[in-house]
Amino acid sequence: MPKSTQAGVSRRRFMAVGGGSAALAAFLAACGDDSGTTTTTSSMPAKSSGQTSETEQFGEGDIGILNYALTLEYLETAFYADVVKSGLFKGKDLAVIKKFGEEEAEHVDALTAAVKQLGGKPAPEPKAEFPLEDAKSVTELAATVENLGAAAYLGQAANIESPEVLASALAIHSVEGRHAAVLNTVLGKSITPDGAFAKPADAMTVLKSVEPFIVG
Amino acid sequence: MSDHEIAHPELAEVTVIDDSEDLSRSEVILKGALATGAIYGTLMVGPYVRKALAMSGGGDVEIVNFALTLEYLESAFYAEAKKRAGAKGELMKLINLLADDERQHVEALTATVKQLGGKPVAEPKFEFPYNDTASFLKLAQTFEDTGVSAYNGAGPMIKSKEVLGAAGSIVQVEARHAAAIRLQNSEEPAPDAFDPSLDEAQVLKAVEPFIA
Repeated sequence: MPKSTQAGVSRRRFMAVGGGSAALAAFLAACGDDSGTTTTTSSMPAKSSGQTSETEQFGEGDIGILNYALTLEYLETAFYADVVKSGLFKGKDLAVIKKFGEEEAEHVDALTAAVKQLGGKPAPEPKAEFPLEDAKSVTELAATVENLGAAAYLGQAANIESPEVLASALAIHSVEGRHAAVLNTVLGKSITPDGAFAKPADAMTVLKSVEPFIVG
Repeated sequence: MSDHEIAHPELAEVTVIDDSEDLSRSEVILKGALATGAIYGTLMVGPYVRKALAMSGGGDVEIVNFALTLEYLESAFYAEAKKRAGAKGELMKLINLLADDERQHVEALTATVKQLGGKPVAEPKFEFPYNDTASFLKLAQTFEDTGVSAYNGAGPMIKSKEVLGAAGSIVQVEARHAAAIRLQNSEEPAPDAFDPSLDEAQVLKAVEPFIA
């Protein structure tokens, strides 16, 4: 991972890539279901030739999808842990953040176990840094991360082969959706920003959005 | 059952009426889902639905028709609530949003059944047991949680990737509704890390009596 992606610029970059839902929606529409024939992400492991899916850099088939999800859950867990430590939130708000963080940690455990069950090697925990300036921007970042996380699971549902893995992914997906709705509510935004049908995000889009937070 | 703790008595009082006197398979499964949620809690609904759909073996058309029946229920519930729930202000705005979303789900699922070459089930009549805003909100919460659990249970039974993608798009919205309604009730919006619980073996044993 090149050191060029530094934490100082990360919030602006993140918001530029993943923050504008209209831009994201337009991008998704442009991408359609074609998940990544043009890879522009440089600091993620490169795709080797012949691979058809962005998640295969994390392993083949369901193992790759689970490891991709595990990587995102590691980031969410680290994010909430840092937010708790930051001291920016107190009382009821802090309780919500702690609860969400605990649930993300449970997702990490479940996904790690699932990868092992399939005979795979769980993805390592990425080293991450998040901009923690004030309560409002942190809440906005949390909402962006949760909405993106929910979209990431939705984007993989149809790619999963095993019904058991799909059941686990769906069980996590809707919890991410619940988290997203709560944070949107706190921000005074729509609980369903995509309308009656949630939009998926492909792995390339998601990885590009979280890349600024990964520091090593 | 007399010594059994009933999880959601309000679900047990919901009635599903079919004038044709011939309950569709979807209505039978919906009644079972409501009974399961009433007695064992909404987390049990997913495993019940999955098992019931597996046993009936009707394929994607039947699964989508079941989802359509569930959406008929939610759509009718919120449409009626606009007049009946005694809501105003923020809650009224939320009810309008949910009513609109559920109506769109009904339309999309009707179209999907047709696309699959099936016949969309007819809308049954429903009777909802509530008499004030508080009891409306309580029932709304159990309906939304039941919906999430039911979709998640049905998901792995779906064969078509397109249908699975559509069901996923809907269930995420149901989960968002569930969280919003739970906030209205000052309840934990995401009570469990998994929706439904992954511990299915125990659950399946509990719901066995409801699987026709």
